[in-house]
Amino acid sequence: MAEGIKDKVAIIGMGCTKFGELWSKGAEDLMVDAFKEAIEDAGIEKKDIQAAWFGTHFEEHSVGKGATSLAMTLKLPFIPVTRTENFCATGSEALRGAAYAVAAGAYDIALALGVEKLKDTGYGGLPGGQNLMGTRFRLIGPNMTAPGAFAMMATRYLARYRLSPDEGKMMLARVSAKSHHNGVLNPKAHLRREVTEEQIMNAPIIAWPLGLFDCCGVSDGSAAAIVTRADIARKFRPDPVYIKALQIAVSSGEEMMYSNWDGTHVESGYRAGIKAYEEAGVKNPRQEISMAEVHDCFSITEAVTMEDLQFSPRGRVKEDIAAGRFGLDGEQPIQTDGGLKCFGHPIGASGLRMMYEMYKQLQGKAGERQVKNPRFGVTHNMGGFPAMNVVSMFIVGL
Amino acid sequence: MIGIKSYGAYVPRYRIDRNVIYSAMGWLNPAIYMAGEKAVANWDEDSISMAVAAAIDCLNGMERGKIDGLYLATTTPPYMLRQNSGIVAGALDLRVDIRTADFAGSTKSGTSGLLSALDAIKGGGAGNVLVCASDCRTSKPGSAQEHLYGDGAAALLLGNEGVIATLEGHCSVSYDFPDRWRASDERFEHAWEDRFIRDEGYGKFMIEAMSGLLKKYNLTIKDFAKVVYPCLYPREHAAIARRIGAEPGQIQDSMLPTVGDTGSASPLMMLVAALEEARPGDKILVASFGSGSDALFFQVTEGIGEARAGRAVKKHLASKKGLPSYERYLAFRNIIPMEMGMRGEETASTSMSLLFRDRKMVLSLCGSKCKRCGTPQYPYQRVCVNPDCGSVDEMEYYRFSDKKGTLFTYTGDNLAASTDPPAIYGLIDFEGGGRFWFDLTDCDLEAVKVDMPVEMTFRRKYMDEARGVHGYFWKARPIRA
Repeated sequence: MAEGIKDKVAIIGMGCTKFGELWSKGAEDLMVDAFKEAIEDAGIEKKDIQAAWFGTHFEEHSVGKGATSLAMTLKLPFIPVTRTENFCATGSEALRGAAYAVAAGAYDIALALGVEKLKDTGYGGLPGGQNLMGTRFRLIGPNMTAPGAFAMMATRYLARYRLSPDEGKMMLARVSAKSHHNGVLNPKAHLRREVTEEQIMNAPIIAWPLGLFDCCGVSDGSAAAIVTRADIARKFRPDPVYIKALQIAVSSGEEMMYSNWDGTHVESGYRAGIKAYEEAGVKNPRQEISMAEVHDCFSITEAVTMEDLQFSPRGRVKEDIAAGRFGLDGEQPIQTDGGLKCFGHPIGASGLRMMYEMYKQLQGKAGERQVKNPRFGVTHNMGGFPAMNVVSMFIVGL
Repeated sequence: MIGIKSYGAYVPRYRIDRNVIYSAMGWLNPAIYMAGEKAVANWDEDSISMAVAAAIDCLNGMERGKIDGLYLATTTPPYMLRQNSGIVAGALDLRVDIRTADFAGSTKSGTSGLLSALDAIKGGGAGNVLVCASDCRTSKPGSAQEHLYGDGAAALLLGNEGVIATLEGHCSVSYDFPDRWRASDERFEHAWEDRFIRDEGYGKFMIEAMSGLLKKYNLTIKDFAKVVYPCLYPREHAAIARRIGAEPGQIQDSMLPTVGDTGSASPLMMLVAALEEARPGDKILVASFGSGSDALFFQVTEGIGEARAGRAVKKHLASKKGLPSYERYLAFRNIIPMEMGMRGEETASTSMSLLFRDRKMVLSLCGSKCKRCGTPQYPYQRVCVNPDCGSVDEMEYYRFSDKKGTLFTYTGDNLAASTDPPAIYGLIDFEGGGRFWFDLTDCDLEAVKVDMPVEMTFRRKYMDEARGVHGYFWKARPIRA
């Protein structure tokens, strides 16, 4: 019987750059910035790091393939470095590699670093990537972008739960308005501006029914974590953050090619959630999870994720959103740092950025955004599209 | 009994009022004015895609495995090298042990293809041959052709049993008539003076072919229920009737005021329209024009009553949407450079070896059906997608292109680079099972609804101008009226 990695791995240092349209910074600058903060936070030196995992997604727009760009940028001295890639869950994948390595006892200290330089393409939105899902898909796939792929989930959600366009868009506007409010409080966030629900609902349509403010920021940035074995973590700091669960689920093709998927949830998210709660011993996620950073690439993604992670009953998230449950002062704060929506979404860094916020919150260092006495924090990092994807789930606690 | 077994046609959804063209370009050439409207191919259509549409209309559920040949006639072949009829045959998922051929170079190529197919059947080389004629001609802004030429296609299934009209005779003349020409590296055609074309072309050799046929078979024009011939000049169209002694009621409508002249497809589309109204025993005379003329003589059989009813010409004509803007017309035909944004300028190369390996998936829209659990799935899977089955290598090919579906969900995407934004696409659930993502076409976002019925249509998916690749694939559209 597999044991999982509960309480075997601790995070002892983290770094995260400011996210945004960082015209004067390249991917290499961002790696150095995130790394510096992480080793200073852990109180270690570069020579203490025994292995590293490096996450980046659109390598063709910045650092190229392989792991050499991390090793050579940081001048890591001939240690093992591995590059990970798993769509937008790439950053979590890097942390997963590092966590498994120390849990296995292969190394004492490992580095996970994610970076993405998205703003060197010359246009808004994510890079086009006609071969993103392979050379065959380029011949048979629709002329699709990320907002469109997620908009299809919103269309179906509205139809299934019989919400009028106005009702549906109001539900989604509240999701984004909450994250904008949190983003204002976060000096590292890309978008730091309050917006009203009315502004959100009246914004130009990107992909019906999603408007501009239903979409997350397209940002440059980097984040990093230093992990070690749980049994030696307190040698480095008094408040290490422990991994209580680490689960990942990947689409089997059923959602896209079989007709049993309802189109209003993310099956991998639901399954990763169940496995993570089981590993961490969480019986009632709605009650026991203090806070979460979920993959709100679009407002609809956050809304259905509340249902997938069992924070809200199926089809009922609208009521919880309207009641303010997920606000900073609500019963279960979500996206306390602004989320992908406002902190921004440099793909390879996002999973580690989510962890950065949970880590700071658990250590009581989240400043104006501090959640009161958090016990369990969740990161939920999704890659791909609602119909075919990967979802990575961490549960962390002190 | 060799002849026509089935007929089909295709007229694209869009029509442009010629006044819209004249308002935009009349200043340049005020003498050019025509009343009516013309058919305009959508931005993702061309002569290949329209030929496929007409062929599907003609087959209308018939057994495709019985077709032994596919001929395509067009003066606008998307490819000069790579057989266009081969792409059409692939899209139709025909057998591979068949004859395919392109007929090009003249607007009489439609009847040339028809005669060659009938000869092949007569000579025993083939049992059933599908002949498609299709044209999508691009004209210079301000030209007469811009008013005259419309887009459309026709398809006729020919065979030697179960025919609805028998071929009774034919008569051809061939001249190197330089009325219009376009060199192989040119986009727009050149034309000599209209009076020359009228007097020396229509006025002489089209009549020569028709009169020759009458003489050869000892017939008079009064023996024919319908006389079918295209002509670019409405007045000359009527004058030809007088010269051959036909009454106005015998003359098949040229479709100039509704569709425009469709080049290679014109005489065949007009023949299809005539067959839609034909009665058993009717004799039909068809003549084409271009580098000479082919005249053919058909006699309608009792089988006409059982002709499979597709949309043919009549229903296609009635199913239309006006294109209100001349600029959009130019954009659809790629005549003016459009700002597609940096995103739109990115074009990945097409792997031809992949395209060939996956031809059943890409051209024929074939997925697989599990022999164990019966689940249809697209694209072709070796491992069954049904989680309760999971069989490996127990699949057979399964064609989705002729299955109807429902729109499970959709969006209209303003970020995706498109000639006609927003890019509309969605998940389609097929009747009988199977689900996949497809672009939608021939629709307006406001009219698209969850769970609406859709059908598949073969379209141009992308154009890689740097590498000369026309990428074709299937799209879904709301079921056309």
